[in-house]
Amino acid sequence: MSLSLDEVRHIARLARIELGDADATDTLAKLNSIFGLIEQMQAVDTRDVEPMSHPQELAQRLRPDSVTETDRRDAFLRVAPQTEAGLYLVPQVIE
Amino acid sequence: MIQASLTELAAALGARKISSVELTTLFLDRIDALNPTLNAFITVDHDGALAAARAADARLAAGTAGPLTGIPIAHKDVFCTEGVRTTCASKMLENFVSPYDAHVVGQLKAAGAVMLGKTNMDEFAMGSSNENTFFGAARNPWDTTRVTGGSSGGSAVAVAARLSPMATGTDTGGSVRQPAALTGVTGIKPSYGVVSRYGMIAYASSLDQGGAFGRSAEDCALLLTAMAGFDPRDSTSLEREREDYSRALNQPLAGLRIGLPKEFFADGMDDDVRAAIDAALAHYRQLGATTVEVSLPNAKLAIPAYYVIAPAEASSNLSRFDGVRYGHRAADYTDLADMYGKSRAEGFGAEVKRRILVGTYVLSHGYYDAYYLQAQKLRRLIAEDFQRAFEHCDVIAGPTSPTVAWTLGEKNDDPVQMYLQDIYTIAVNLAGLPGLSLPCGTGAGDLPVGLQLIGNYFDEAHLLNVAHGFQQGTDWHRRTPAVG
Amino acid sequence: MSRQDWEVVIGLEIHAQLNTTSKIFSGASTAFGAEANVQASAVDIALPGVLPVLNKGAVERAIRFGLAIDAEVAKKSVFARKNYFYPDLPKGYQISQFELPVVVGGQVTVRVGEGEAAYDKTIRLTRAHLEEDAGKSLHEDFHGMSGIDLNRAGTPLLEIVSEPDMRSSAEAVAYARALHTLVRWIDICDGNMQEGSFRCDANVSVRRPGAELGTRREIKNLNSFRFLQQAIDFEVQSQIETIEDGGRVHQATVLFDPDSGETRTMRSKEDAHDYRYFPDPDLLPLVIDDDWIARTRAAMPELPAAMRARFEADWGLSAYDAVTLTAGRDTAAFFEAAVAAAGAALAKPCANWIMGELAARLNKAERDIADSPVGPAQLAALVGRIADGTISNNAGKKVFDALWSGAGSAVDAIIEAEGLKQMNDAGALEAIVDEVLAANPKSVEEFRAGKEKALNALVGQVMKASRGKANPAQVNAVLRERLGA
Repeated sequence: MSLSLDEVRHIARLARIELGDADATDTLAKLNSIFGLIEQMQAVDTRDVEPMSHPQELAQRLRPDSVTETDRRDAFLRVAPQTEAGLYLVPQVIE
Repeated sequence: MIQASLTELAAALGARKISSVELTTLFLDRIDALNPTLNAFITVDHDGALAAARAADARLAAGTAGPLTGIPIAHKDVFCTEGVRTTCASKMLENFVSPYDAHVVGQLKAAGAVMLGKTNMDEFAMGSSNENTFFGAARNPWDTTRVTGGSSGGSAVAVAARLSPMATGTDTGGSVRQPAALTGVTGIKPSYGVVSRYGMIAYASSLDQGGAFGRSAEDCALLLTAMAGFDPRDSTSLEREREDYSRALNQPLAGLRIGLPKEFFADGMDDDVRAAIDAALAHYRQLGATTVEVSLPNAKLAIPAYYVIAPAEASSNLSRFDGVRYGHRAADYTDLADMYGKSRAEGFGAEVKRRILVGTYVLSHGYYDAYYLQAQKLRRLIAEDFQRAFEHCDVIAGPTSPTVAWTLGEKNDDPVQMYLQDIYTIAVNLAGLPGLSLPCGTGAGDLPVGLQLIGNYFDEAHLLNVAHGFQQGTDWHRRTPAVG
Repeated sequence: MSRQDWEVVIGLEIHAQLNTTSKIFSGASTAFGAEANVQASAVDIALPGVLPVLNKGAVERAIRFGLAIDAEVAKKSVFARKNYFYPDLPKGYQISQFELPVVVGGQVTVRVGEGEAAYDKTIRLTRAHLEEDAGKSLHEDFHGMSGIDLNRAGTPLLEIVSEPDMRSSAEAVAYARALHTLVRWIDICDGNMQEGSFRCDANVSVRRPGAELGTRREIKNLNSFRFLQQAIDFEVQSQIETIEDGGRVHQATVLFDPDSGETRTMRSKEDAHDYRYFPDPDLLPLVIDDDWIARTRAAMPELPAAMRARFEADWGLSAYDAVTLTAGRDTAAFFEAAVAAAGAALAKPCANWIMGELAARLNKAERDIADSPVGPAQLAALVGRIADGTISNNAGKKVFDALWSGAGSAVDAIIEAEGLKQMNDAGALEAIVDEVLAANPKSVEEFRAGKEKALNALVGQVMKASRGKANPAQVNAVLRERLGA
């Protein structure tokens, strides 16, 4: 298979990564080379194979329902690019 | 002192032959002298290290010291360290100072180890050469025109060049073992779930595992013992009894069955690497081990499966870097979408962006089954191959890397060439098995060659025993590069 | 063409915030109304390196819900990541459940409409799954920017998805109300709609009866039953008009504007998200064993549907009364306690007092029945005294007033103190009646001439003369007897 430039632009948009025209062309070539490698997978018949999503196939451990966290807002807000009145600021969100 | 093992250092500290402050100063001075050449460290924390050394000296004086108290350590810059910036070698986190410590960092602090600084790495642990870094490539101390391997290149170099007696790393597809091999140190990646991932900035969650670098298997055992253990904050951390990974170091190797996957010994390995591996296997036979051919028929699919699973998980894991709560935010933007697009385009390097795009694509609508699900199925086939192989052997051995360290820049234009460097290490992560690399000889240019040992689940102590047995009779691990 | 030529098809997705103490994947508090971001922990703000750990309390509540709607509680369910970028979603993905939800199937039967036209309707559920809530964007102007508060991020939600089984806004509202009752009944959600604890999304389409399903549009975030009804009604009307005008309904997600009573498009299908769901590698499969389900089942309260059926069968209540009295667990408990004290024969008057006087007073005072000043035993005593003829219904209201205000606490003592006892002495009453008849010849004349109303005037006179203590029914009977009617 090979991706089209439009597909590369589409996934870049989905991933919120701005991609200039020159970058898109170079990225397309590299992604196609990577997918050339990935396509080797398709040769294997895996019809009856159960997918494996974790190395250790255990059950989720559960946490008791209790409050263990304290207010660390100031420490957390200190590393943020822009804050005001205890809030993280972002360009206007339009609903 | 810089050549001493951890046990020797602990003994010297315990006997007050040297103080932790003196030892720490010694290593800080080496870093100051050599880091401009090697670029092993992104951040060196002189003040913090000396403060920790003073505290360690107090513990040593009070008789409350543990085996690592007062001994310097370097942390891969993927582990969050409270108060000391954590960059993941990315512009995205160039100025990020974590408000908390990773579990591993906390455990080592509690053990009294003295953090010297944070080591260079491939950005977000994506890479096999430590060239994908915002802070410039780390350099191989055996030949500074060559790569260190990656992604934990800085940690490997720190130990190889004796800038630190020990270092932490992480291994998602070979990122501890491969740089260990290329720089001539010992590195172990335990079974998935043994070391908590809490505070270890995620690349591919189902593959990432913290690991240890040391000059020897004996040192790795001590460090791993301090790193490992159940952590309730990581749902994938295993509730197992604490282990002393040094406990089996000295068991004899007579009768050991070493499995040699025929697929690893077919084409692809350079001749100089093959010669060193063959010699190492001959040494094991002298120690009473036997070698047996085993097969990992699906191992050839490990790289394609990995380059679906890891980018898929990474594409999602790295979505949090959006310029809102921390990290890089573009200076100029028109609206929210533009802020996201520019911040991420500027903050991430080329390889990280490529993997995010690959992952986004394989998870996107209509492709999930063909890629992600297929890769997860291959993952099972690969894991099952190992279980069949372990019916015939106790450990599996082979090369860690098909080549010795290559020249900086050599493989940068072709990501696939770079990916193929991890051909022997990646299957181990997909299966979640423990793996270790130890220096076992040299290849072209007198560059180190690593022997990889793969164990069954939770066989870390045994792997360390097998490596230690080799190191008792050889001195490849004692060789020191002449730098600076 | 008219509404009759169209069939309306509605499915609801309801987000119920689970009333756990801590968040679904972190140990931060879920309390409402805290200062911005003080309840947003490292996990909630998605600092690099942090990891989720699942709250047992959230799972427990999902099991309770599954049992309450007679659904399958999945032995194994899986958390998945729903990937999209939004400033109130710190990780860039929401942890939810996709292919394998914790609750599968189930149904609820609801009473739709009132009076003669009322009917029962069973609505099937598709699934219910656990997920985390997002934070909030505040749009007050911060120099042209928005502020993000992540206190709500990570609050556990149960998303409850119905089959498209509802055929009118009335059915949708009845279903939503029934679920609203149920989640509070089994104590998994506080049901506070103003605070967003219970939010509805409605999928609405129209079709010719028997035809294939029409294009559906999704109305998001309806936080009151009235808005739910208005939004559906508007959407239905607008879809019918569109088609009848020769147009086509376009799939879209819309928002309801309560001010205009209209819906407006939020996003069309073309820019629908590609969420790239995949199993969350930070979490392992959620396994719920039979033992846990059995223990949860044993601890479940009697459910409103069962209680409603019991009220109808055992105590002869109408469907309307039974539904009303099981609208909340506290109301039902109050009613049951009152009947226990008054006796099953008085269930109906107990119901009437609770749904009438008591409900009105509570409503006016904005109090919950759980802290009603008049208790079930007092109400039962009051109902008993009316039933045995000791006091009239009117006097009963005076007793109720005294109980409500706290002027008295024992019914009999109030009756005594206020002199409310009915005159049940036949001789005394007859004497008064005779006096009244003698003093009102005009009314007597009119009644005999066939003017029924004249009797009422005479009854009033007798009651007045007895200072309200006569039993009106008895007065009526004696008057008629004396007048030879």
